[in-house]
Amino acid sequence: MDREAPDQRPPIPISKRTEWADVTPIPQDDGPNPVVAIAYTDEFRETMDYFRAVYLADERSPRALQLTTEAIHLNAGNYTVWQFRRLILDTLCVDLHEELDFVGLLARDNTKNYQIWHHRRWVAEKLGTNATSNELQFTEEIFSEDAKNYHAWSHRQWVLQALGGWEDELAYCDKLLQEDIFNNSAWNQRYFVVTKSPVLGGLEAMRDSEVAYAVKAILAKPENESPWRYLRGLYKDEVQSLVKDPRVASVCLDVLMNKRDCVHALNMVLDLLINGYQPSKTLENSIDALCLDSGLSNSGLTERVCSVLQVVDPIRANYWKWRKSGVTVEGSNGKELAG
Amino acid sequence: MATEMERGTKTQEDQWMVQSQVFQIYDLFRRIPPNSQFAILELQRDKHIEYLTKGLKQLSRSFTVLDANRPWLCYWILHSIALLRDSVDDKLENDCIDFLSRCQDSKGGYGGGPDQMPHLATTYAAVNSLITLGGHRSLSSINRRKLYEFFMRMKDRSGGFRMHEGGEVDVRACYTAISTASVLNILDDELIQNVGDYILSCQTYEGGIAGEPGSEAHGGYTFCGLAAMILINEVNRLDLPALTNWVVFRQGVECGFQGRTNKLVDGCYSFWQGGVAALIQRLHLTVNEQMGQSNILECECSTDSDYDSTNSVISEGEQCYEGTPSHVNETCQLQEEGQPNTSHPADGNNVGYNFIKGHVYMRPLFDNIALQHYILLCSQEEGGFRDKPGKTRDYYHTCYCLSGLSVCQYSCTKDVESPPLPGDVLGPYSNLVERVHPLYNVVLDRYYEAHEFFTRS
Repeated sequence: MDREAPDQRPPIPISKRTEWADVTPIPQDDGPNPVVAIAYTDEFRETMDYFRAVYLADERSPRALQLTTEAIHLNAGNYTVWQFRRLILDTLCVDLHEELDFVGLLARDNTKNYQIWHHRRWVAEKLGTNATSNELQFTEEIFSEDAKNYHAWSHRQWVLQALGGWEDELAYCDKLLQEDIFNNSAWNQRYFVVTKSPVLGGLEAMRDSEVAYAVKAILAKPENESPWRYLRGLYKDEVQSLVKDPRVASVCLDVLMNKRDCVHALNMVLDLLINGYQPSKTLENSIDALCLDSGLSNSGLTERVCSVLQVVDPIRANYWKWRKSGVTVEGSNGKELAG
Repeated sequence: MATEMERGTKTQEDQWMVQSQVFQIYDLFRRIPPNSQFAILELQRDKHIEYLTKGLKQLSRSFTVLDANRPWLCYWILHSIALLRDSVDDKLENDCIDFLSRCQDSKGGYGGGPDQMPHLATTYAAVNSLITLGGHRSLSSINRRKLYEFFMRMKDRSGGFRMHEGGEVDVRACYTAISTASVLNILDDELIQNVGDYILSCQTYEGGIAGEPGSEAHGGYTFCGLAAMILINEVNRLDLPALTNWVVFRQGVECGFQGRTNKLVDGCYSFWQGGVAALIQRLHLTVNEQMGQSNILECECSTDSDYDSTNSVISEGEQCYEGTPSHVNETCQLQEEGQPNTSHPADGNNVGYNFIKGHVYMRPLFDNIALQHYILLCSQEEGGFRDKPGKTRDYYHTCYCLSGLSVCQYSCTKDVESPPLPGDVLGPYSNLVERVHPLYNVVLDRYYEAHEFFTRS
């Protein structure tokens, strides 16, 4: 059975095709006064009428498979058509490599369609490890057009976990980050690899070099939020280690020296301070340099950081104010060092 | 902008482009006289209603790609009309109920159109549409017993739900199932089992929630995950301080929200992210507890004296709190109910109802006035709303821009009974839209009617 591309589809209406002569199409049961009624083309209406006929009769035949191809070309978002197609593919034991080509062509034109990616995952799962490199390569093609495609990243992560192919993944993340250091999806993938890859030894083993990687990225572009969140993430659930790693406080200080109002640096400093970090005199001085309001000098350093953030980051002023109000309580609990 | 002179990465170039378009709009706005500014900020109510009503009846062939999402089209349009404080006429209302009944599967749940398989997302959309229409005929058209069976069939071993038979498992599916079950009063322990584990596994190192474990933190999924965790009484399992820090950073220089770190602003996140901020605002006791800030209320009261006049509604609330300590107990009780309490399944169905009761002590965590600027000046069109300047309007963005506008306008009110002050509504006060229930995103009055109906029946 041929699987025609949409532009090669014969113009013959299904009702005129001899192989469909025995089937009575079933019109959509929209009622006498439908709402959100779509002005379907004749081709769409007829294709769906025949689809309903085979679907409701549960006819898992080659012609039904062909019909799903046509229906999907007309609307790739119809999950019922896709699900029925999977039942047919299973029943007919169709060669699924061909299916990958079909999905591949569609995915390139509908990169944000849930059904296509779900179907692709289903096919790849059936093909098993034979599909690994092809699937990784396929997502790379998608990323060359849209490096942040959410579905493609989910698919890639699924491939790695279900089928393998971890070996070059960290290098791939690095390549994407070299192209665009602001690509948060690539940072997220890096975190995924570092924490999940069976060939790297896990977060504990990788933390040291990853901190260095993040620090380098921060120093290059301090306004880039991604490496700041990544750095914080490397110490997720281990905040005391974050506080104790001298490189963290140091990168904040380095950034604040050159870019005194860097919100991300101040956000990190705040995180350090509320978790018991003992600030150096230099850090304190650099915060003080930002305290234009002399009324602040009597408050603790953590409060002063919040006050600075209220001023330099006005869109989040309420948030910083709320953070500051929490600090006061901590201060009364004796956690906060007097400034 | 000076930055346009240097070569940036793809992310930077895209960002600068959008930024310059948005700033151009704000510049123009600033340069016109104040009385004209007021006119430009006006919500084009009549034009929006016209656009919405037209679509509810008939859509062009370009909507064929949404042929498996027709209950969504109903919800986006009906909810938008309700937000605009209007309603459809009796005939159209009956036609909507009839049509949605044709999408209801005999074995439970709603599909994307007649004779399509039932799907969790279109079920959510259909049920929210019927609640928005309201009335006995509409609400009684939902087969809740069969719907519960459908939900149970969609439960996955992972704890999550799958969207449809043979469909994908993700946080959206969890939310649409839990939200619908909650609003229809059919949520029970069996349905809730392990859902919290699944959602928890989707919270990322950034603080937000992803669609699947390992994926990137995302506004839509963060709303879905947070709302579902609240509805199943397990919200304290999430790292709320991290989630809060992540979400407040999603509002950018364009004044609107982005969906993910270093992505472009989009009007629809006015609701997804703004809604998350609104939910956190009501969770502040849990957040404070996680941050080790148990005495925060006291503290906020003592330090709030420097609030300017626009915040008077908050000050009022706090005075009220100071004068009547019983409110604290009320809030604390609510907090108690916020703890996992799976031994009382009947209570589970009241979580959504109790969540919006009581006073809000926390100021909005985002800039609600700035966001209204983005929605009204950058997203609003002559009928309908769009993602950003340069894009065209659609019903999805119309629904979520208006929902976001509602979240903004009511974000400073001290309780659900109080109307916003004029200062909280950007533009003429007639811009005020209806208040939504932030967990289900249906207009609050319609929610109350449905809550009463499904508690009785």
